[in-house]
Amino acid sequence: MSEPIISTAPQGAPASDLSDPVRALVAHADDNLVLAQRLGEWISRAPELEEDIALGNFALDHLGVARALYTHAGQLEREERTEDDFAMRRPEREFLNVLLVEQRNGDFAHTMVRGLLFDAYQVELWADLSGGVDSTLAGIAGRALKEARYHLLHTSSWVIRLGDGTEESHGRAQAAVDALWRYTAELFEGAASEYHDIWQKVVGETLDEAQLQIPEDPYQRSGGRRGFHSEHLGPLLAEMQWMQRSHPGLEW
Amino acid sequence: MVIAIAVLDLERAREVASRVVDPEIPVLTIADLGILRGVSADGHRVVATITPTYSGCPAMLQIAAELRFALGAAGFEDVDVAIAHDPPWSSDWITKEGLEKLSGFGIAPPGGEIVCPKCRSGSARVVSRFGSTACKALMACTACGEPFDHFKDF
Repeated sequence: MSEPIISTAPQGAPASDLSDPVRALVAHADDNLVLAQRLGEWISRAPELEEDIALGNFALDHLGVARALYTHAGQLEREERTEDDFAMRRPEREFLNVLLVEQRNGDFAHTMVRGLLFDAYQVELWADLSGGVDSTLAGIAGRALKEARYHLLHTSSWVIRLGDGTEESHGRAQAAVDALWRYTAELFEGAASEYHDIWQKVVGETLDEAQLQIPEDPYQRSGGRRGFHSEHLGPLLAEMQWMQRSHPGLEW
Repeated sequence: MVIAIAVLDLERAREVASRVVDPEIPVLTIADLGILRGVSADGHRVVATITPTYSGCPAMLQIAAELRFALGAAGFEDVDVAIAHDPPWSSDWITKEGLEKLSGFGIAPPGGEIVCPKCRSGSARVVSRFGSTACKALMACTACGEPFDHFKDF
C-alpha cells in the first residue's frame, strides 16, 4: 500500500496551553469521552437487547477511563481542574480527540467497524502505557487494556459475521470500512506511530477473514489532536454540555 | 507532659470498612472482592483506599458513600475515601470465601471451569458477553437450560 496522504488541516497553535504529559492525558481522555457519548446514542436503539447492553457497557468503560484520566490530568496541572471542567466546560477547539471517534454512528455495521479500528489501536496503546513510569496512568491503562481486549473480541467477531454474512450485511460492512479508513492514520501520529504495524496486522487479518477490502484510496484526514474537528463534534458537545452551559455549576 | 489525644482505633475501622457490601452483589463485602486496599490514619482522619474494578463500574461511587456512612456511624468523624489505580484490580483478588459466596448466590465465579450453579454441569454457552453488571456475562447451561451469570475473569 502506498504511503498515506495526510490532509492539510489548518496549521497553527492549539487553542489550549497544556504541558506535554497533561496534553497526552487529555487527548486520550477526550477520545474515550467522545466515543462514550457516541456509543450512548445506541441505547434503546440497538438491533437486539444483548447489543444494547454491550454498547452501553462499552460506553461506561470508556466514560470511566475518561474520568480517571481527566482527574489525573487535573492533579498534574497547577490549575487543578476537575473532570467536569475538562468534559463540560471546554469549547470544541480545545478537544484533542481523534476524528474517528466523533464520526456519527451510522448503522450497526458502521459502529462495529469503527469499534474494530479503534479497539485494536487502544489494545496497543494501553499495553504500552501500562508499563510507563507514571504509576497512576499505568494502573488506569492496565485496567483499560483488559477492557479494550474484551471490546475487540466483540467488535472483531461482529465485523467477521457481518462481512462474511449476507450480501446486505457485507455491503454495509464494506461501506463502513470505505468511509472510516481515512480516519485511521491519525491514530498513529506522534508516539503511537510504533504501534501502526501491529495494528495493521491485527485489523488486516480480521478484515481478510471478514472478506472485506481495505480501500485503495490512501487519502487520510487529520487535525483532531490539534483541535481541528469535523462538523460532527460540535453538535455532540452541544448536547453533552448543554446542562452545564445553561446552568453553570449545577449538581445532582 | 502528657497530652491526651484520641488515638484512632484502626483495627476497628478496618473491621467496619471490610463489612461494607457491594451494592450490586450484596452477598460480597468489599474485602471479599479485594477492592478494599487498606485503611490508614492521616492525623485524626481515617483514609480508606479502594481500587475500582471496571473503569465504568457505577458501584464505586456508592461504595465510597457506604464507606463514609459506615465509618461515620461507627464514630469515625473524619473519613476520606481514596482511589488507587495502581496496580489495577484483578478478579484473582477475590478471596476464596468470596468465590464460594458467589457460587452459593447462583453466580459462576471466575478462575477455572464455568459450572452451572443449578445442575453443576460444566457445559455452558455464552448468551451475552455483557450481563446485568460490567463484571458479569450471561450464560446458559446446555445440560439443564438454566440461564445464569458468570463473574468474568478480569
